[in-house]
Amino acid sequence: MIEKKGVGMWLTHLVLILGIATVAFPIYVTFVASSLTLSEVLDAPMTLVPGSHLIENYSTALFSGTQMNATPVAGMLFNSLVMALVIAVGKIAISLLSAFAVVYFRFPFRMVFFWMIFITLMLPVEVRILPTFKVVSDLGMLNSYAGLTVPLIASATATFLFRQFFMTIPDELVEATKIDGAGPMRFFRDVLIPLSRTNIAALFVILFIYGWNQYLWPLLITTDNAMDTIVIGIKRMLAAGDDQIEWPVVMATSMLAMIPPVFVVVAMQRWFVKGLVDSEK
Amino acid sequence: MLSRRSLLAAAAAVPLLAGQASAQQPVEIQFWHAMGGALNEWVDSLAKGFNDSQKAYKVMAVNKGNYTEVMTGGIAAYRAGKAPHIMQVFEVGTATMMAAKGAVKPVYEVMEQAGIGWDPKVYLPAVAGYYTTTDGKMLSMPLNSSSPIFYYNKDAFKKAGLPDAAPKTWPEVRAAAKKLQAAGIPCGISTAWPSWVLIENFGAMHNLPMGTMENGFAGLGTQFVFNSPAHVTHLERIAEMQKAKEFDYGGRRGDSQVKFTNGECGMYLQSSAGLSSILRTAKFDVGFGMMPYWPDLTKGPNGGPQNSILGGATLWVLGGKSANEYKGVAEFFAYISKPEVQAASHQRTGYLPITMAAYELTKKQGFYEKNPGFEIANKQMTLNAPTANSKGIRFGNLLQARDIIEEEMESVFAGKKQAKAALDSAVQRGNALLRQFERDNK
Amino acid sequence: MRVRVGYSNKLLPYILVAPQIVVTVIFFLWPASQALYQSVQRQDPFGLRTRFVGLENFQTIFEDPGYLHSLQVTAVFSLSVAALALGLALLLAVSADRVIRGATAYKTLLIWPYAVAPAVAGVLWMFLFNPTIGSVAFALKAMGHDWNHLLDGGQAMVLVVLAATWKQISYNFIFFLAGLQAIPKSLIEAAAIDGAGRNRRFWTIILPLLSPTAFFLLVVNIVYAFFDTFGIIHSVTSGGPARATEILVYKVYYDAFEALDLGGSAAQSVILMVIVITLTVVQFRWIERRVHY
Repeated sequence: MIEKKGVGMWLTHLVLILGIATVAFPIYVTFVASSLTLSEVLDAPMTLVPGSHLIENYSTALFSGTQMNATPVAGMLFNSLVMALVIAVGKIAISLLSAFAVVYFRFPFRMVFFWMIFITLMLPVEVRILPTFKVVSDLGMLNSYAGLTVPLIASATATFLFRQFFMTIPDELVEATKIDGAGPMRFFRDVLIPLSRTNIAALFVILFIYGWNQYLWPLLITTDNAMDTIVIGIKRMLAAGDDQIEWPVVMATSMLAMIPPVFVVVAMQRWFVKGLVDSEK
Repeated sequence: MLSRRSLLAAAAAVPLLAGQASAQQPVEIQFWHAMGGALNEWVDSLAKGFNDSQKAYKVMAVNKGNYTEVMTGGIAAYRAGKAPHIMQVFEVGTATMMAAKGAVKPVYEVMEQAGIGWDPKVYLPAVAGYYTTTDGKMLSMPLNSSSPIFYYNKDAFKKAGLPDAAPKTWPEVRAAAKKLQAAGIPCGISTAWPSWVLIENFGAMHNLPMGTMENGFAGLGTQFVFNSPAHVTHLERIAEMQKAKEFDYGGRRGDSQVKFTNGECGMYLQSSAGLSSILRTAKFDVGFGMMPYWPDLTKGPNGGPQNSILGGATLWVLGGKSANEYKGVAEFFAYISKPEVQAASHQRTGYLPITMAAYELTKKQGFYEKNPGFEIANKQMTLNAPTANSKGIRFGNLLQARDIIEEEMESVFAGKKQAKAALDSAVQRGNALLRQFERDNK
Repeated sequence: MRVRVGYSNKLLPYILVAPQIVVTVIFFLWPASQALYQSVQRQDPFGLRTRFVGLENFQTIFEDPGYLHSLQVTAVFSLSVAALALGLALLLAVSADRVIRGATAYKTLLIWPYAVAPAVAGVLWMFLFNPTIGSVAFALKAMGHDWNHLLDGGQAMVLVVLAATWKQISYNFIFFLAGLQAIPKSLIEAAAIDGAGRNRRFWTIILPLLSPTAFFLLVVNIVYAFFDTFGIIHSVTSGGPARATEILVYKVYYDAFEALDLGGSAAQSVILMVIVITLTVVQFRWIERRVHY
């Protein structure tokens, strides 16, 4: 039998608890700092007991902004939400469509299209930043939601995932709908989409986080504070120049930036794990 | 989706048509800047004041991020044919802007063509000189300028038994650092903006050239020379102080400020623009003084300091606009140069006054008696008539050159490199950047 | 690739792939070709003067000690992150696989850092290690270790590696755990009956069976460290001090957007493209062996 008790088991729990403590420590310190005043934070060593300015700091961050960065975080949260949702939904939608085309139709240049999609995997935004920036600027899409999201919407990963999934769907289903006289779009809507629900949910979690956490792209194409996402907002607060960084507000903003994606991951844990493991296959 | 940007672009295009259709509609002037927070409100108030003072033009001040972002954004907009009229550019971008002939319209041209009786002599030479050609033509309009000054912790000085006065020379600073450490303060002095303070301003204060051809004012063929024996000695001594934490390096930009405001370091070199935030966050009385100098290294008059140079940003006018729009720009520049407007700006922000009249006015109002810190930078910059070594610096690719200098200084302070080797390497690498700039801008 | 029992329609498939293809062409293929084109030019920031320079930009890059240094920094950074993140995740996954009580809770508490943005992760760690006010830096100082990552390049590297690892552990953990749970329990029990101790079972059965997962994760982690960590570097060190943490992606960004050196940056982009293509090919070779249609 495999050991389930004894010193070894205690050690195992200890490792896990230590692991969790290490992982959680930075967040705890962040939380504490977000509940203190600036001078309490600056007073090294900073206390590790939460203070009494929690609500004050969060409302400053959310609604009025700091002296250095007068943009309130509430607007940034909205921008982040729009960006995450549009990217997630957009990627899923166009990937479903193209996977459908590639799997169920025979047409000239099918493989060319397939490889064109595949190649996007090899061109992360980091290697083509400057020219992509120029394209977006030429199209007048700087400082717009369209500029924030559309260029990131192509997805080889999602297309592959759906393609693989579609290929496991028995041919009989297609035959059956054909016999019923239903056309391809009807089959897509009534059969494929419902069958793909789990995959869609799983991908949604992954892509939502991908969109929410974007950094380099929004950093480049938004120069208008009103278009900042929350991740960029934090960076702006840190660039205090000759001024003192408002740590408690920065920390409150960091907490606010983490809560939505962490919530999505924890609440949708089952799909998240599935999405992660499947999308990398 | 309609973007803000396309709305702005549309807004910028409207006045052209509107101006012809009716004389009632004000002509809009796009002004992109990098002032955040409290300073953003200041710039807005300038625009509002101007817009209320007349009916023909309307200045639209837009915050476009930090200095780098404003510059990249403005350049991208220019390339896309949607440039703003006025763009705020930090001092390291000066050479890039100057080289962009055609894309940029020099301020003296804008002002002269507007025919509003403009006199370039009202500007403080120490400020305007930085942005003026060798034959006296002003290229951009100073908006926010500052100079590094010396700050000290009065409470710590008292605790260490030091007199309540700023040390004038580096040997005095070092002696004070030792006393501070003996009294339990961990570090003597730190600095913000390492290259600006310890190399660029060190050179100006000691009347030593940073580069040939009047620090680059006289042309693109300039070479860096800041590896002279005096520079090397200076850096060696600071590095020696670093070993004992008499000096403690605290990072680039203003990263080190918390070291001072927290009481870790008793003395500090930082921009005069940091004044209000230091006063706000320090938990002790703050004293001020001029930057220290080395009596044995200076080539200034009578063996004393020369004068310091500025940093900050100026307003550049971009090319390709109509004469009427340029007239609006000129009127706006004339407005912000008015003594009362300028004096109010100076007192509000801590930036240097850009005109003599504004300085005199502030003095007359008794402002400096109540706020002694505000005058130091001015006094220090006008200490002596600027020489070729102390009127400013103008080098291409200065942003990268500055990063290289700071990088090499970091190696020295970390004990990885000798001062001479580091400065030689910085000069050599900097010169490669200058040659590249020269080639790219032929 | 075989086609299923399909539909024949002249126009529809093109309409279906159009959105994906349009985005791909406009925002991927066209910019990538522009990067190639710009990499053989020199241009001033305003685009007023352009000249063709052949491979001069590439020559400058490979002669620049700064670039070679950046390559070295990238290698050290990626390998450290990958080794640390894989090692710790494996330890945690093996432990989580063993426990029965509380397994789900442990899992939940370990996976969420995945959701934290790299830039935010960077800010958290930077705050902990801030030389003047950071709690960890203070504790280190109290123990006699002087911490100043603004001056000490080695310490700066440690800091960004920690932040990058912290964020990546949960990802690796999920994969290792999935891999572990896929190993038939009967196999392990059989070994146990044969008298193989826990350690022996780990080294002789579990680890070999996990090695495909580990190899896959190694590639993913290196790609992550190459590209996704930009936010960490940018927010924590800006590549400093003295370029000690200037990874390739940061340098591309810096040269393009701060230094406005368009040609040099484009040439670096092209080199990065070659690196990504190599990594992707490696990754896909492996996947081909593993996935069966």
